[in-house]
Amino acid sequence: MTYIDPHIHMVSRTTDDYRRMALAGCTAITEPAFWAGFDRSSPQGFFDYYRQLTESEPARAAQYGINHHCWLCVNPKEAEDPGFAREVMSLLPEFLERSNVLGIGEIGLNKNSKNEMTILEEHLAFAEERDQLVLVHTPHLEDKRKGTLLIMDAIANTKLKPDRVLIDHVEEHTVADVLDRGFWAGMTLYPETKCTPQRAADIIEIYGTERLWMNSAGDWGDSDPLAVPKAIVELRRRGHSAETIRTATLENPKTFLGQSPRFDAGDA
Amino acid sequence: MADSETPNPMSRTDVVDAYFLEHRAKLLDIAAFLDRVDRAGKAGDEADDFRITALRRALEVLDDGKGDRVRRVLDLMSDTSSELVDVAPGKGACGTPPPAGSGA
Repeated sequence: MTYIDPHIHMVSRTTDDYRRMALAGCTAITEPAFWAGFDRSSPQGFFDYYRQLTESEPARAAQYGINHHCWLCVNPKEAEDPGFAREVMSLLPEFLERSNVLGIGEIGLNKNSKNEMTILEEHLAFAEERDQLVLVHTPHLEDKRKGTLLIMDAIANTKLKPDRVLIDHVEEHTVADVLDRGFWAGMTLYPETKCTPQRAADIIEIYGTERLWMNSAGDWGDSDPLAVPKAIVELRRRGHSAETIRTATLENPKTFLGQSPRFDAGDA
Repeated sequence: MADSETPNPMSRTDVVDAYFLEHRAKLLDIAAFLDRVDRAGKAGDEADDFRITALRRALEVLDDGKGDRVRRVLDLMSDTSSELVDVAPGKGACGTPPPAGSGA
């Protein structure tokens, strides 16, 4: 079955992962800018990262028939120094012109700090001024519920339309609030710290498929680039219809991401 | 909890047949983990780590018969404050809120 993985950090993955994803039916991915596992020491480090996201990674994906897109920002884990973050943000206008960039992301909060919120608000203003789609990272574990509510309140203070914002990494204690406020919601399938494929299937059974997608968020940590096809198998195992599965794993990503004319699902 | 919009097509028996052994194994993992914690006790250790305290409270939720268990366990292990913190205390999270003033 053809699917899209709308959140995966391929700069951290091997070429073998591209091959396996293509064999499993992946035709398109989107890669948000994120934390490399260490703090970059200069804005030049981000300049090179943005080149990787807009030049080398699309070429690597294309070798396997996968269309690569990306989102740019300073992620919240590197937003505690506002001066540094603003220097990096000054690079964004140049890179936003590149053909595989869909918008601003993954912005948000990590430890729900004042400086993180300052930089989040500046990213939101930046996106608002340029009418960009937004992909939002929500905090981990004990910080998620509080951070998700703070982020949604910050977005409500802008003119950004909720249907052009995806709030990612929802779980059972945040998904209803996100959907009720009109945002798109992303479920991240992780072996331990977010949703499992089984819990994602449970959430679909409870809340339906409207404005809901799932992703692997595969990166350098404990994660699985084949998590989305594993969720497809889980839904199929339970007897869900092909239409339900296709909606959650292909049509919904196409609908949200298709708000950017640069998105190409590659599923023709 | 929202009304089911895409209900699970399986019967209750089907669900148990499909998942019981997997979750029996996960239950045994929790039991083994708690035993491991007990065996690892040394002089100077905290009597009960705040994470283990949270885990024990979560186990009570599983058997209280009230349903909506996942959301309630996640809420139980969430920071319920609403104020931004002055400075991010590192980058990681530990899975349940540490005691106030612990610096964890």
